[in-house]
Amino acid sequence: MATLQSLDIRRRSASTETPPQVRQAPVEVAKLIDVSKCIGCKACQAACLEWNDLSLSQPIGETNGTYNNPTDLTPASWTVMRYAEYENGDDLEWLIRKDGCMHCADPGCLKACPSPGAIVQYTNGIVDFVSENCIGCGYCVKGCPFNVPRISKVDNKAYKCTLCSDRVAVGQAPACAKACPTQAIYFGSKDDMIVHAEERIADLKDRGFEHAGLYNPPGVGGTHVMYVLNHADKPSLYSGLPDDPSISPLVSLWKGVVKPLSLAAIAFAGVAGFLHYITKGPNEVSEAEEHEADKLAGDKRA
Amino acid sequence: MTNSWNDIKNADVILIMGGNAAEAHPCGFKWVVEAKAHNGAKLVVVDPRFTRSAAVADFYAPIRPGTDIAFLSGVMRYLLGAGKIQQEYVKAFTNAGYIVKEGFKFEDGLFAGYDEAKKNYVDRSTWDYEFDEQGMAKVDDTLQHPRCVINLLKTHVDRYTPEMVERICGTPKDKFLKVCELIASTSTGDRSMTSMYALGWTQHTTGAQNIRSMAMIQLLLGNIGIPGGGVNALRGHSNVQGITDLALLSTSTPGYLVLPTDREATYADYMKSRRFKPQRPGQTSFWQNYEKFFVSQQKSFFGAAATKDNDWAYDYLPKFDVPYDALKIIDVMAAGQMNGLFCQGMNIMMAGPNKTKIRNGLSKLKWLVSIDPLETETARFWENHGEFNDVDPKSIQTEVFQLPATAFAEEEGSATNSSRLIQWHWKAAEGPGESRGDIQIISDLRARLRALYAKEGGAFPDPILNLAWNYSDPGNPDPAEVLKDINGYALEDVPDPADPAKLLLRAGQLLPTFGVMRDDGKTSGGCWIYTGVYTEAGNMAQRRNASDPTGKGVYPNWGFSWPANRRILYNRASADAAGKPWSERKKYMWWNGSKWTGPDVPDYAPTVPPDKAVGPFIMNQEGTARLFARTGMPDGPFPEHYEAMDAFIANPLHPKVSRNPVVRVFAADAKSFGTPDKFPIVATTYRLTEHFHYWTKNAHANAVLQPELFVEMGERLAKAKGIQSGDWVEVTSQRGSIKAKAAVTKRIRPIMVDGKPCDIVGVPIHYGFIGLTRKAHPVNTLTPPVGDVSAQTPEFKAFLVDVKKTTPPAQAAATA
Repeated sequence: MATLQSLDIRRRSASTETPPQVRQAPVEVAKLIDVSKCIGCKACQAACLEWNDLSLSQPIGETNGTYNNPTDLTPASWTVMRYAEYENGDDLEWLIRKDGCMHCADPGCLKACPSPGAIVQYTNGIVDFVSENCIGCGYCVKGCPFNVPRISKVDNKAYKCTLCSDRVAVGQAPACAKACPTQAIYFGSKDDMIVHAEERIADLKDRGFEHAGLYNPPGVGGTHVMYVLNHADKPSLYSGLPDDPSISPLVSLWKGVVKPLSLAAIAFAGVAGFLHYITKGPNEVSEAEEHEADKLAGDKRA
Repeated sequence: MTNSWNDIKNADVILIMGGNAAEAHPCGFKWVVEAKAHNGAKLVVVDPRFTRSAAVADFYAPIRPGTDIAFLSGVMRYLLGAGKIQQEYVKAFTNAGYIVKEGFKFEDGLFAGYDEAKKNYVDRSTWDYEFDEQGMAKVDDTLQHPRCVINLLKTHVDRYTPEMVERICGTPKDKFLKVCELIASTSTGDRSMTSMYALGWTQHTTGAQNIRSMAMIQLLLGNIGIPGGGVNALRGHSNVQGITDLALLSTSTPGYLVLPTDREATYADYMKSRRFKPQRPGQTSFWQNYEKFFVSQQKSFFGAAATKDNDWAYDYLPKFDVPYDALKIIDVMAAGQMNGLFCQGMNIMMAGPNKTKIRNGLSKLKWLVSIDPLETETARFWENHGEFNDVDPKSIQTEVFQLPATAFAEEEGSATNSSRLIQWHWKAAEGPGESRGDIQIISDLRARLRALYAKEGGAFPDPILNLAWNYSDPGNPDPAEVLKDINGYALEDVPDPADPAKLLLRAGQLLPTFGVMRDDGKTSGGCWIYTGVYTEAGNMAQRRNASDPTGKGVYPNWGFSWPANRRILYNRASADAAGKPWSERKKYMWWNGSKWTGPDVPDYAPTVPPDKAVGPFIMNQEGTARLFARTGMPDGPFPEHYEAMDAFIANPLHPKVSRNPVVRVFAADAKSFGTPDKFPIVATTYRLTEHFHYWTKNAHANAVLQPELFVEMGERLAKAKGIQSGDWVEVTSQRGSIKAKAAVTKRIRPIMVDGKPCDIVGVPIHYGFIGLTRKAHPVNTLTPPVGDVSAQTPEFKAFLVDVKKTTPPAQAAATA
């Protein structure tokens, strides 16, 4: 969604060139979502719709008998609240989690993206989609271990939370953090957020949540959106938050071994075609073949 | 609120019961989160549903809707039995030791003095103290007298054993006792509990008594008047506290003065019962000043036309025969006895109980005026919306006028929040189209009416012709001028009573405090409790000083908190009888040897020493708080559990008097109550964070976040009825039926009541046939046309229904 702006780029999809590096790297930022303070009010969702001018792009849906609305992330809803009812022995817990892009330190989407510069990672850690460069191939969706990006049917481009890179670039917190009435969403340097999380985790442990902890999964190099969880030993309780996320091996294959092989295969196909032309001349289509093809197409149209 | 939003951060225990603060007050809820994060507070939620508040609570207990008094009386029994009360506080600041008259009794669900034929307590003479010859209440300081209040209370609540609580409320005994323990932990003087409630307590036939029960608990614990304590009503609109202060109740005038009845034909009659002499030695009995407030208000209403000779224009005030609250208005309208209705910022079609009766009433009007920023169901009651509003427009002759008004951000003025804090707000944008501010609309109406009366006379034109309207632009008064009028000013020079040579106030001067109001016509003031909000020093509501010098969350220079900028009411009670703080932790206001000091404004003159024993509860003639309400409550001086009008069970305490015996039921509604044989499921209504009443369904983003009506039900009920989440269900009560999608949830716990399973369904109120959300049947199709016996707040929170699986509404099927 982002365009060129005053944030330095660390990494760029499908590019080998070095982005400008002359400026000092700023601190790495992070958003800390404290589920123990979250009341699921959706102020963050409303703020996201409003700040990013997405409200009218998000159709009014219908209820499916839960509080999840919209029921999933969409090209216009970059964050949604997910509500899970968990019976912990005799006690009930209503685990409410704000879902959206985790801004991985090692972003699977960026790695999977074949379009140069369609996905960037800024030096502050934010992972952003640059719409002008997006070709809508959907590889980022496959590359994301959190199932976050969504492809718009309107313009066939991928969309997700930008961590309000436009706001952060001018020293503001993301809109969701600004709107949160209970300070369940904190924003600041990643180091500070970890310190703050420790204080919250101590409080939760005092209240009997012995497995309270910070969700900052190493499988993706850590994230720039982190959670304080009452049950950090079981992240999946929170509407399927991955217990141990990592980038799909297919992405590594595609970017690793397969990439040179496929490039070689493309080159080989070119060379083979040229040799075929030289040795056999152009392919000719017979009248019978033309007729057969028309018939097939006609069948399909019917 | 006795305390303030900010003060909640000082609490050690937070009880959310009769409300759902996280859902309905998410912004204020930040103080709960703050108390948990930095004061180690425990959050306890008691609610029929496991709510958003419960999601972040330390402890949750379920309860059957409409049984809060049984639960809270059980808590009182526990506290008294376990000795977990703050003895010294109770002795010093409540009427625990006051001796009640002989003849007072409570038997089989009825207090003394009940008249079966009139369905009312016609003789409340025994609901009072014994008095000595000087008119002072008799008190037994040893609390031994068998008829002293605390002993009567012990007897009264003794029936509410944990077993009885479980039987009535469905709250498992162990969970109930755990809540008791947490509450009791604040009886020590160094810990406090705050009570946060809202419509979950008010919207019952026993509404006011629900709140009284909690007030009594807080008094027993010594939690009134101290930081992190109090009984705190969470108001549902940004300015509903303001409209209440300015006479929301149909029998009040601004500042909680009382509109005369038709039995008070003369001013002398009216004032006879309003002298409010102290009933204990040396007490303030602040209502002794009633006449000063009343006369100043009459001067504000009628200016020079209110004189001593005409009893301050007493005859101009309407004298009511019966209270004309919203329910009564609907009843009169439905009976065809009303010609026209103004709905200003009021969507009565949705907000009143029993939609069918309201719609019938609106259909019988000659005219209806809707003053609103939005299209409302009320203004469109005549329009056919398929099964969602199945009317025949041709058969309705009511002429409807829609006057588009500006919304809050399109006008400036003051709003008073739950903390009694009056804050100014500025205009952010111009209103759209032909919209005009409410002040302008009403001013225009007043000018036209006045011209008509001036020209044509009429039966009694005087109040309209003489209405004071001293604004620089009479057609559209400046809200600042209106606030000045409410604050009041001196009409003439007022000499200092202490030294007549000096001037206390010069003519035209804004009043600094209600303490200078006069009953001789020299001062004017529209609402005495607001006096001090706009003084010669400026508009106090505009103050935005964010400093909190003591760190107690007081912010004395932010806005203006009525009365007298006091942030915690009854703060005298934060110190013991000798004026010493109960504890260092809860230190707030104390006697420093020469005056009362601390971060707040004291309850009375700061130089009155503790040995004068002036009580903090200055509005009561006895200066103490009332565990025994005397004659103030129409259904008894102690709270008692009565079933809702749609009673789920026969009241186990007194089956013959199952429901509140003084409920007002209109003849037209005699058959509108349901019984559990036909309607075996308990229903309650509630609000969702994503919506604000019936407004935000017009806003796209809000409609996205909660697009459609649903009905929440527990898994036990859903299984029995073969219903799954997302299925269409029909919910039927004695009043009517609606269709909604099912939301099957674990959050409505299966409970047992009086030996049988009690299933509960919950329905959010927001959806209707106007707006961007999916069209829906108004939920008040289901609710009973009856109100709280004290305030006539409709019983929206507890009624009976049946539920079955059904087909989608015709229109929904077509659009799906």
